[in-house]
Amino acid sequence: MAAIIDLHEVAERELEARTRYPWRVKACASTACQSAGADAVVRSIEATVAAEHLELDVQVVPTGCMGLCSRGPLVRVLQRDVDTETMYADLTPEVGEQIVTSHIKAKKPIDTHVIDEKMPFFAGQEKVVLANGGVIDPNRIEGYVAHGGYLALQKALTSMRPEEVLDEVVASGIRGRGGAGYPTGSKWSLLAGAPGDVKYVVANGDEGDPGAYMDRTIMEDDPHRLLEGLALAAYATGATGAYIYVRAEYPRAIQRLDRAIRVARRSRLLGRRILDTDFDLNIELRIGAGAFVCGEETALISSIEGKRGQPNLRPPYPTEAGLWGQPTMVQNVETLANISSIINRGGEWFSSIGTPKSTGTKVFALAGDLTNTGLIEVPMGTTLRHIVEVMGGGVPDGHEFKAAQTGGPSGGCIPASHLDTPVDYESLRRLGSIMGSGGLVVMDDRTSMPELARYFMEFSMDESCGKCAPCRTGTVQLHGLLDRIATGTGSEGDVRELEHLCQVVRDTSLCGLGQAAPNPILSTLHFFRDEYTDAVSGKEPADA
Amino acid sequence: MPERRTAVPVTFDGEDFEAYDDESVLQAARRNGIAIPALCYLEGLSVWGGCRVCVVEVAEDHRLRPACATPVKADMEIKVHTPRLDSYRKSILELLFAEGNHVCAVCVSNGRCELQDTAVEVGMDHVRYDQQAPARKVDASHAKYVFDHNRCILCTRCVRVCDEIEGAHVWDIAERGAGSEIIAEMDVPWGDAKSCTWCGKCVAACPTGSLFYHGKAVGEMEHSADIIRVLASARGKGEWLSPEVSL
Amino acid sequence: MSKLKFASVWLGGCSGCHMSFLDLDEWLFDLADLVDVVYSPIVDTKDYPDGVDFALIEGALANEDNVEVAEEIRAKTKVVASFGDCAVSGNVTAMRNPLGDPRKIIEAVYVDAVDRDPVYPEREGIVPPLLPKVLPVHKVIDIDYFIPGCPPSAAEIRRALETLVSGGSGHAVNEDIRPG
Repeated sequence: MAAIIDLHEVAERELEARTRYPWRVKACASTACQSAGADAVVRSIEATVAAEHLELDVQVVPTGCMGLCSRGPLVRVLQRDVDTETMYADLTPEVGEQIVTSHIKAKKPIDTHVIDEKMPFFAGQEKVVLANGGVIDPNRIEGYVAHGGYLALQKALTSMRPEEVLDEVVASGIRGRGGAGYPTGSKWSLLAGAPGDVKYVVANGDEGDPGAYMDRTIMEDDPHRLLEGLALAAYATGATGAYIYVRAEYPRAIQRLDRAIRVARRSRLLGRRILDTDFDLNIELRIGAGAFVCGEETALISSIEGKRGQPNLRPPYPTEAGLWGQPTMVQNVETLANISSIINRGGEWFSSIGTPKSTGTKVFALAGDLTNTGLIEVPMGTTLRHIVEVMGGGVPDGHEFKAAQTGGPSGGCIPASHLDTPVDYESLRRLGSIMGSGGLVVMDDRTSMPELARYFMEFSMDESCGKCAPCRTGTVQLHGLLDRIATGTGSEGDVRELEHLCQVVRDTSLCGLGQAAPNPILSTLHFFRDEYTDAVSGKEPADA
Repeated sequence: MPERRTAVPVTFDGEDFEAYDDESVLQAARRNGIAIPALCYLEGLSVWGGCRVCVVEVAEDHRLRPACATPVKADMEIKVHTPRLDSYRKSILELLFAEGNHVCAVCVSNGRCELQDTAVEVGMDHVRYDQQAPARKVDASHAKYVFDHNRCILCTRCVRVCDEIEGAHVWDIAERGAGSEIIAEMDVPWGDAKSCTWCGKCVAACPTGSLFYHGKAVGEMEHSADIIRVLASARGKGEWLSPEVSL
Repeated sequence: MSKLKFASVWLGGCSGCHMSFLDLDEWLFDLADLVDVVYSPIVDTKDYPDGVDFALIEGALANEDNVEVAEEIRAKTKVVASFGDCAVSGNVTAMRNPLGDPRKIIEAVYVDAVDRDPVYPEREGIVPPLLPKVLPVHKVIDIDYFIPGCPPSAAEIRRALETLVSGGSGHAVNEDIRPG
């Protein structure tokens, strides 16, 4: 049996190792920066370091996401003796070379590429789940441990009973980060109270909303945080097995999680007798096959079982009969990533962040017509205006803000008149949208709302599993109606039929995909009805 | 096996009825002679819950529930007919008619079709939605039966009866969404499906003219979905049918 | 009381609905007491008159001419009924829809399958071009009354006509009247 990791020793050694280099260059190796050419930048920095014979002075470290993805590739340069950090954006291989030759060698930062980390985009954030983003090397467990990793698991296993862990989660008030906002503590209690010797916890990494990549970032950049959260969930609920379900479109997340699981097993943080206690847990990875609906928990369970990924009727709920008929709890990745902090710092601390009913922080993927786009983590209850105008830097190119879309194909649009809405579960629901997993797309005045609704309906239509009739066929008809309306060939009757059919699909579909698929239409009809009626004006209805 | 079931009071559309606590709302309704239209449900098979035609309203719950998959509870107040439910059912029927190529006039099941009957039951006299007119196959490769996918509503009764009663699992669903289709084995022509036992249960269970016997002309195909209930219940009791009874 | 003006028209269908109408036999005399048949395949009027009280449309909309006629009827008629399955749903007439481009279908029938002098039948102003897809009548004009059936039985046509004569409209579906 492998030796048990000594968390404190590893942490000390890791921190000490960092002091050996006067300069450290942290380069974002997350997907967004990679697609912007981060690899070439890192190669250029490393080559220049070698060419200048600075290998002993400069350490180049790949890290996770630094957040401001629209300005990638991003790099941070740390100078130890004066304890400064300089963030660089919009890098090219040439600027990467200059970072070494000018900043490091000549102590002359390249001002044109420096960004101020005190800018509102960063200053407005409160990082819990993304705390290690841009800080640690995702592929090395030592980095996670150096920043307090696995201390929560050690604390729980050695000094807390499962009920006490559960109590902390209940006290934290955390709610599911996957969309619906079900109280996490209640779900855990259901699983803990379910009879049976075999139980499962499953991390849902099937993040599928267009434009959303919170969970991907957590899995890619801080895989051990997810493993620790999952292990804590298993311990608290009495689960005997655990799975992480990741969509196949996230190859880097899969690779890093796979590696993290193996390393954790070697370090006795997973497997048999974890940290030399009586607690055993294995975590297995399961890869999706490209179906959005598998983010729905019963479909996800079917998929893990090797069956067709389509939802099943509830009841029975998974906590009664889930994976292979055993009590099962499916938890969103971001939810689980909060758990170690809750255990380390207490449920009360967590509940002090955010609003009374929506505690903690939420990660959003800012996208669309904004000056700054990327990942942000903010306290729940931050106003949409603050996120859009202050942190996001507002709408660029002299255009006006028109609407913010949250919740992707299951969510809705929030118009300018509601920009002061605090972002929490209830407020968004009252506006006909949902928190969703955290996609937040801003649209300027050039966006056509019927076209936006058509885009999301096309997504839902393509992703409908086909099991229930209203979703399978209703989304096709809704898309057809929207297509006519958006292309100016619709009638007033089409708009009436659109509304009626939205209700049919919403109220009669089997699972959340179908039930929520009309939301983008209903919400844009509510706030931007003129755009629909204008698009069909002057035409006689064909049929009542 | 002694039956241990408790009778509980429920109401359907405000009228008092007695249901058993091990029944679904749909079973209780049918036993009490209350018609709730349903297409994918078939007594004797597992509950699929896909057609959504049997949705009912249960008091104190804003969500509609499929009657086939909702267990009865004591004092449940169930609404089968409200303006909303009636209009939704009609819409779903229209959606189904718009989805496939349902031409009653030339269909083997014309006049003996659950889909057609249900359309009449919910008051569908025309279809508001655009006819999708999909290009679908007719699989006549089997020596005894034909599968006309134009008339398939994806209720999966054939899939379930073959798997659950016959134990052959010839059928399954391929693709997804509007592209979903029932396939034999790994998408082979039915006639090439070696696992098919020629038992005909899928044909018996089909609610439309999708599955039928070779040689049947318009209106000649009579399905016998009730036989599935008899088979399932006979098997449940350890009995079996006498040899002269055939499908 | 003056008689009601009644019309019937035969679009993309087989005329079976009109045959079924003729099956009303002696009731046709009763009907004749109530209505003037101002336009129909069974009378010799060439132009659709104004001010028609009610009209039955048999057949689906299969070509551009069908659409023009339907629009004219709608403009000149108080109550319009879709008469039979083709008008109501497209029915047999619409069975070409899954086959795609109608030109290919015509080529297959009038060109590919013909041995001597194959020719694609088209002449502007004479042969109306086919619509890309056959449509039920209510997809182009408002319909007040639906009479499904292929064909609707004489008894059902009578029931529908009695409703229309008495000024009613709405939906006709019941136990006996159904598609097919």
